[in-house]
Formats: sequence, C-alpha cells, structure tokens
Amino acid sequence: MQDVPKLRSELLAEIETAADLGALDSARVAALGKKGRITELLKSLGTLAPEERKARGAALNTLRDEVAAALEARKSALAEAAIDSRLQDERIDVTLPSRPERTGRIHPISETIEECIQIFGEMGFTIAEGPDIEDDWHNFTALNIPPDHPARQEHDTFYLPGEREGGRMVLRTHTSPVQIRAMQARKPPLRIIVPGRTFRCDDDATHSPMFHQVEGLVVDRTTHMGHLKGCLIEFCRTFFGIDDLPVRFRPSYFPFTEPSAEVDIGCSREGGGLKIGHGKDWLEILGCGMVNPKVLENCGIDPAVFQGFAFGLGVERISMLKYGIPDLRTFYESDLRWLRYYGFPALHVPSLVGGLEP
Amino acid sequence: MKFTLAWLKEHLDSEATAGEVAQRLTMLGLEVESVTDRGKDLGAFVVGRVVAAQKHPDADRLTVCTVETGTGTVQVICGAPNARQGMKGVFAPAGAFIPGKGIQLKKAKIRGVDSEGMLLSEMEMCLSEEHEGIIELPADATIGAKAIDVMGLADPVIEIKTTPNRADCLGVRGIARDLAAAGVGKLKPLIVEPVPGAYPSPIRVHLDFDEKTISACPTFVGRMIRGVKNGPSPKWLQDKLTSVGLRPISALVDITNLMTLDLNRPLHVFDADKVAGNIHVRLSHPGERLKALNGKEYVLEDGMTVIGDEKRALGLGGVVGGEETGCNEATQNVFIESATFDPVRTAATGRRLGITSDARYRFERGVDPAFLVPGIEIATRLVLDLCGGEPSEIVVAGAEPQWRRAIPLRVGRVTSLAGVKIPRPDIERMLRALGCEVDGEGDSLSVQVPSWRADIVGEACLVEEVVRIHGYDRIQPVPLTNPASLPRPAVDTNQRRRGIARRTLAGRGLVEAVTFSFLSAPVAELFGGVPPSLRLVNPISADLDAMRPGLLPNLITASGRNAAHGIADAALFEVGPQYAGDKPEDQSQGAAGIRVGQTGDRHWAERERPVDAFDAKADALAVLSALGLTPESVTIGHEAPAWYHPGRSGTLRQGPKTILAAFGEIHPRVLARMDVKGPVAAFEIFLDRLPKPKEKRGAARPPLQLSAFQPVARDFAFVLDSDVPAATVVRAARDADKALIGEVRVFDVFAGAALGQGKKSIAVNVVLQPKDRTLTDQEIDQVSEKIVASVTRATGGALRT
Repeated sequence: MQDVPKLRSELLAEIETAADLGALDSARVAALGKKGRITELLKSLGTLAPEERKARGAALNTLRDEVAAALEARKSALAEAAIDSRLQDERIDVTLPSRPERTGRIHPISETIEECIQIFGEMGFTIAEGPDIEDDWHNFTALNIPPDHPARQEHDTFYLPGEREGGRMVLRTHTSPVQIRAMQARKPPLRIIVPGRTFRCDDDATHSPMFHQVEGLVVDRTTHMGHLKGCLIEFCRTFFGIDDLPVRFRPSYFPFTEPSAEVDIGCSREGGGLKIGHGKDWLEILGCGMVNPKVLENCGIDPAVFQGFAFGLGVERISMLKYGIPDLRTFYESDLRWLRYYGFPALHVPSLVGGLEP
Repeated sequence: MKFTLAWLKEHLDSEATAGEVAQRLTMLGLEVESVTDRGKDLGAFVVGRVVAAQKHPDADRLTVCTVETGTGTVQVICGAPNARQGMKGVFAPAGAFIPGKGIQLKKAKIRGVDSEGMLLSEMEMCLSEEHEGIIELPADATIGAKAIDVMGLADPVIEIKTTPNRADCLGVRGIARDLAAAGVGKLKPLIVEPVPGAYPSPIRVHLDFDEKTISACPTFVGRMIRGVKNGPSPKWLQDKLTSVGLRPISALVDITNLMTLDLNRPLHVFDADKVAGNIHVRLSHPGERLKALNGKEYVLEDGMTVIGDEKRALGLGGVVGGEETGCNEATQNVFIESATFDPVRTAATGRRLGITSDARYRFERGVDPAFLVPGIEIATRLVLDLCGGEPSEIVVAGAEPQWRRAIPLRVGRVTSLAGVKIPRPDIERMLRALGCEVDGEGDSLSVQVPSWRADIVGEACLVEEVVRIHGYDRIQPVPLTNPASLPRPAVDTNQRRRGIARRTLAGRGLVEAVTFSFLSAPVAELFGGVPPSLRLVNPISADLDAMRPGLLPNLITASGRNAAHGIADAALFEVGPQYAGDKPEDQSQGAAGIRVGQTGDRHWAERERPVDAFDAKADALAVLSALGLTPESVTIGHEAPAWYHPGRSGTLRQGPKTILAAFGEIHPRVLARMDVKGPVAAFEIFLDRLPKPKEKRGAARPPLQLSAFQPVARDFAFVLDSDVPAATVVRAARDADKALIGEVRVFDVFAGAALGQGKKSIAVNVVLQPKDRTLTDQEIDQVSEKIVASVTRATGGALRT
C-alpha cells in the first residue's frame, strides 16, 4: 500500500516545480489522469475491507482535492508570470512622437469679430451685411458726404469702372453704407452691427488696402448720447477684459453723425511696451456719434421722430491691441508661422458666459 | 495746424499753461497731436561769447576757444570753421544733454587739450540738419542768458488736428475763441482800424459770371498799395513763422502767411506792374495755361475759377497764384486780393490738377465770407508798417453771400439727444461765446450762427456745440438695455453657416487665412477671369488690380510664399466673399481650402503620401455634412471648372443643377503659371447655394428606428470595364433591395494583367439589416443573387469568382 503522505509530498513538489503550463499538465495527468497515481489508488479502494476502505477513501479524497487546488494555484501563478513576461516583451519607447495629425487654426480677425458679435449680441444687436462693391450714393452721398466734400479726401477710395445712378462704383471705404441699406430695408427700431471688409487705397506700415470694421447702428425714438457712452464703455471693458478700463469720449467730426465723438481707452507706454488699462496715455480706438438727421432723411426716416447712434471700430486695431500683434500687414500675408502663433484653436468659440478668450 | 502758446495768448487773455491748453483743446474736439516744449530739452544752453580763439596745437581744423558764459570763463575745443574771436554762440556746459547727438556732454581732453563744454550747431539742438558751422547769435545777445529766449524757442508749440468741419480753427484766433467759450481765459477783442485810401485803385475788378456761376467767387475785395519796399520781414515776424515751421520769404509773402495762420484769411498779393489792365475773375477757358507759383505749369480744364487780367490767367482762385505776377525783391506796387471762393469748385479744381496748398485747404473747408474787408484792412496796415507805401481805396466787387441764418434750438433737445440737462442760461452763454446771437422764448431758442461757422446747419449741430463746450465727459453713461431679457440670435443662417464651415475646417487641420479681395488680372484669368467691371481703376499695385473671382488663387499664391519659408505642405482655407460682377447680388460667400504637397512630415510609424483629390473631397463633404446635408442627398459630378485636373476632379451636386462644391487636384498647368509646386488638392464650397432650412420645422428629429436583429455582411467583387464609376456599383447594389440593404462600402479596387486589358475589379461590403426577424441562409442567398444581378445589369460586368 502506498504511503499517502509520501505520495502527497511527491505530487505537490512536482506541481510546485512545473516550469510551464505543459509541465503542469503532465503533473496533472500523472496525478489525476485516467491512469494517474491518485486515480489508480482510488480505483483500488474496492479491494479493501470496508473499514479500511472508508478511512483510506477519505484520505485519498482529501489528497485529490489538495492536489487539484495546488494545480489551480500553480496554473494561475504561471499565467501571471506569462503576462508579466509578455508585458516585458511588449515594451515600447513612449518618447517616440505620436502619429501625425494636422492642427488647424482660426484667424484672429474671425475670432475678434466673433468676440464683438458676442458682446453686442448680448445688448440686442443683430448682424446686417452689405456688398463690398458699393455705389457712390450709398458709400458717400447718402451718408452726408457730397462730392468734393473735404471728408472724401480722407477716404482714399478704390474705384471700379462702372456707374450706378450717375455715381461711380467704389470699394466701400467703410461699413457705414450698410447703415443706409438697413434703414432703407427696415423700419425702426433698429439695432444692428455690421462686420465686414473695407478698402482704402493706402498701403504703408500702418495702413492696409483692405481691413475690417464692425459698424453699429441704433435707431429708435429715445436713444441718446448717454446710451452711446454706456454701450461703448461696456463694450470696451468687456472686450479688453478690464472692468475699470478708462474710456474717454471727445468731440470729433464725421459727416454722418452729429454730435460726433472719438473714443479713447486708457493705456500706458511706460517701459516701451503698450499696456491697455490705467496709465498716463490714451489710445484712440473708434469713432461714433448720433446719427445725423440728414442721413435719417436720406433713408426715408423722419428725424423729428427717430434718433439713434452709430459707431465704427477697426477689427484689426482692437485685435492688435488685445492680442499684442505688432504689425497690421501681417494679418493678410497667410504666413503659416504667424497663423499658427496668433491663430486660435478650432474649438475655442468665444462666448460671454464661457469666456471670450481661450 | 501749429501755433505757439504765446501766439495763442495774443488772442486769449489767460494764464493757462501749455499742458492745460492742450488738455482742454482735445476735449473740445481740437485733438492735440503734439506739444513741443523746447524749454525742456534746450533750457540748459546759454549765450556764450568767444573772447579768444587760437589754433589747436595738434589739429589743423580745431580751434581752442575761450568762452565767456556769464558764470565764468571756460575753454572749449571747437571744430566749426566759423568759430572765431568776438562771436556769440550757444554754449553747452559739461553735464548738459545734447539732443541732436543723444549724449551727455562730459569734460574731455581733445588731442591733449582740455574742453569743458561745447558750442552748438543747429543740428546739435535738433533745429535743422545744419552742422557745418556753429550757431551765431546776434551781437546784442546778453551773455549768460538762456539761448532759447534769445532764439525765440522758449515758446511751447502746440499742433492740433482739425476736423474738416472746423475751418474756423485754421486760424489761431478761432482756436482762442473755442477755448474762451470753454472757460479757458477770455477772447481779446480784435482791433480793426480801417486805413483810408489816398486814391482810387487804378486796377478795377470784374466778376465775369452769370447767376448760375457767381457762387464761384461771389465777393472780391482788392486794394492797390504803391511804392512798397519788399525785403526780409522783421525778426518778430520771422520768428513767429519759424516757430510753426514756416520759412520766412519776404515781408509781403510773410504777411499773407501770417494773415492765413493768425486769422484764417488767405490773401494774394499781385505785383501790380505785371497785371495787364483790370482784374477779371471768371471761369477757365479749357486748355488755357497757367505757370503757378510752385514752379509747375498747368493746363486748365473747364469750370475752374481763374483770376485773370485783360490777357491771361494770373492765378486759380483759392488754389494757387501765378508765377508771372508774383512778388519779389524788386516789387514796388502791389494789388492785394481778399476774396471768397466756392468750397466745392475749389476742391474740384485742386483735385483735378493735383494741387494742394494752404489756400485750397482753407477755401474748400469754407473761409469766413464776412471778413474780407477787415482782413484787407489789417493786411494793409501790416504792409504799410513793414514795407511802406501808399494805399488806394478798396475796391469791392460782388456782394457778401447770404450767410445769415437763424436755427431753432429747443433747450429740451439737448437733453433728449445728448442725454445731459443743461440750463438755458448756460446754453445761451456758451453759444454767445462761440459768436452766435441767441434769442427766443421759454424752451425755444433762435440761434443766429456767426459767419465763420458754415458747418452749423441744424439743431443737432447746435446740440453738438453746446455739449462739446459743456464737456462730453459730463454726459452720464446709460446702459443700453436689451429689449428682450435674453438675447435672440444675432446671426442669421448664412452667417452661422460660415462660422460652422470655418470651425469644421480648422478642426480638420486646415489653418484659416484672410487674404485680400483683390489679385492680379492674369492670375484671375487662370480661375475663370473677371469682367471689366471688376478691374480696379486705381489699384495699389499691378498685382492687386482685379477683384477675385474665387477664393483659391490667393490661397495657392500664399502656399507658394509659405513654401519659400520652408513650409512646403501647407493646409489653408478661407471663408469669405468672391465677386462675379459689380452688383450686390454678384457677390457670394465661399469656403475654399487647399492641401499642398505631402499629407504630413515623414514619420517613423506612418508613411506620408502626396495629397490627392480624395483629401479635398473629404474636406468638402465634411463641411457639407456639418451644414446638415446627408451624404445620400449629394451626388458626384465630373464637371469641375477648368482650373482643376480634368481627370482628378469632381463636383458635389444637389439635384441635377445645383453645384454645391467642386474639388480635385489643381491643374498642373495652372500651378506652373503660378510658380507653385504641387500637388495641390483643393475644394470650393458655394455656401450661398446650400438649401435654406425649412422655417417651420423645429429642432425635433424623427424618432430613431433601431433594429433588434443582428446585421449580416457579405462581400462581392465584380470585374468591370475600367471606366465604370464605383458609384454605379454602389447604387446598383443598394437598389437591389432597398428595405434590407443598409450600407454598401467599397473596400477594394484593383486592376491587373490577370483581369485583362481595360478591366478592373471593385469589391463591396454589403450590410443587410433585417427589421423584424433574423435572416435565414436561404434569404441571404436570395438577396445576394439580387445584388449580383442588379450590379451586373447596371454595369455590364460580372461577379468575380
């Protein structure tokens, strides 16, 4: 009769030293297989006397369970070791660059216009648009700039060969002709902004033949200069993100507004750089005024009943100031190095509640 | 407009400093561009006298000067050729800052000899470019006195920008009047003492106009002065002109300049001996010529205002005088002109002939029409004082044009328009200070506007005057409240679509560019060309002379520039306008993009490849899809424009006619002409052609139908003629059983010798999606047979076995 404790230690040792799943399986077959040692012993139980059979049967069953558990444990251990070994083999160099993807950008002009739309949209303005190629009447005469008015000389106008209603075709020198189109198309109350391209026949370090403006127009029965100030102060402070930004209105002249004003914001030039905010200096950023009664009349709106204000601001100018872009002409050069540096991520859509800037 | 503080105070009784004056001017709408206080930079320099001058022992060109400075005597080494014993010059002591050189002066040894200061040239004082010699001061200058006092430079110079409406502020007196109205001092009275004429003027003046044209020169006042002696003007006048940057010429010319700058009364002085007979003011004869004072000869056009004599044109009224009748040192008898010229005609003449002058600048803005006689009287007195002579009686031709007008002003209008309450007495006081006469009852004022304020034409102008003087800073800001408590959308569908297109493309790795609306006509030709109506009359340069017909040319040009910077693989897009003609409806909005060169940089894990039409197609479809178009609603056409590669381009259409987009590789010939290295994969989306969303359909979508049964996929490969489009295969397969077939994907395309000449194989993966039960093998086989039959029927091909 084989000695159970000895058998136990032999089988367990064999399991414990199995180096891989194959060896472990051989050990299982040798112990519990059809002709395994425990199986053989269990088969031989029938030849024993009942008393002896009971005691030996219990011992063998215990041994069988113990061996099965040891096999299972060893199998897990070997599987763990196999994974560890695989992980070791699968090591990669994570410092290698990831697969290439192109990253797009939004141009600062688009982003700045969207910021303006966010702010003015909150005040109830909607966008109006008009053609870049205008006739003389819409661009000048209707805006109270008759032919040979000195103010025309300040608009270095691009001309096209065509004529409409006796006037030459021009590239609009400002977004103001859209005021006229809006007032002709709709009855007051009006509250519109007009972002768009404008053109002046001028090209030097601080001028570009094409640039962008955002025009604003409010016409109703009661809006006065106090509202004009309130609206534009709020705009400047929100746009530049400075709650107490000094904003100054001083008298100026535009043929299409009366009274007219230019708007300055506070800045400091100390130490060479320009910093928007409190400081000794002022920086002009936009022109505005109460809509000239003649302009209302030209659009068929009764100036005895209706009044309002208009403003125009240079998109590139405020963009340069806000984002520290030094040179106007670089906006249009489509230099990818510039666009990637000053451009904005595709998914950064400015909003007042989500923040204007990335 | 430049003036000095002391000059201003000739008209303004005030203690204000230059800084205070400047601050107030800006807030009055007379924007100060600069205040130059030379006392700050040049205050340390004094009058010095060279008591001894000896040649430097070691340098031929240097002089060792002993200079008396008022506080002592110092030794100065000077290199100027005019340094000599007895002269007086400007002495800078050691330690002083020399603005023209940007250095702090130090005691030094020059070639072994001590130098304890410097005698200055004009360049070193930043007065001019002159540096050959040192400044020589008058012999009577007090030694040790501040040089700026002796040189008339102590007075701060203020430069303002005048807006086109403020013609009255083109003279110092007008500026003083505005300041006085705003409470900065008191306007001093202007004393005009008429000079009695000794004889009738031998030159008469005729205004040769009819009723229609008399506005060209409604009034002309003239006067002869005999026996004048023209020479350099006195120092006070020279200093005054110099201080504002004008070069003194001769007494007679300087007087006219003074009258212009001081009182905004431009005058012209003729050499009377060169005038043939009487003066005739008239419109020009086309083709007549004038030699102008600026040395140029002009051929006059129709409708210009000419001051002529019996024979010829002597000058262009309000624009420029003639050379032949100009004054010089030899002039003995003069005829002075003080006239009114029509602003519009003056501007048109100046513009057509390209002449800018101080006179034109003022007359086109409007010169006080009631100041002709006082102006000529003041000028006469100046001429008599400086040049002597005997004046004639004045001749007046024409009549003062009607300028008087009363404009009603409601006191309440100031509040309702400007948003500030100003009591009536204050309003009246301010308007009177500006020269208006005010009367009227209660809320209604009647305001007589002064002759020098042609710009005030209505009630709004008067409101502006009142709040301008009162101060814009005293208007309380009022929030512009939103009429609805929450804002409504500010953008319409088209504007929104542009935004979505922009962000979709940027999200796909393209970088947004904003390029000019113009390009060169030859480049435009490569992209369909532009009609003559879109060629600029006055382009800024030849390469920007036409309006762009599309967005691609400027992007492709930009990619060429980027390649020159070492970025060969550009991916750029633009969303913006393109032009087909000069009417508003000819302008449309597009979104276009290009990918150039390789798909990316070389990479260790992934091979880059040249960009191709499918990159562009993907970009275009991504935008259309982001804008709400389903892929099924878009069909592919082959009729891309000529600037695309004819075999590698296509269109995305909706219905038979509407082309929503074009895509493909740019034609190699176009790239060659633009000197850009390809390949360039490009697309253009015509945003305005996209269907408008249906107004009434809300945001709600139809319910989503999901099948509970597992889809089954089967692959089929067909051998086809090589010109059969893949789309035909896909459509035929889908049409085989529209209810059951969910999706058909092309997963393999190849051509090879095994298939035979002119053949290709296309393999598709077809997904069958049952809706109400699981498919049996038999059903699947039936559908498969239908698919094969449908495709072979549509294409003439065969199932590949």
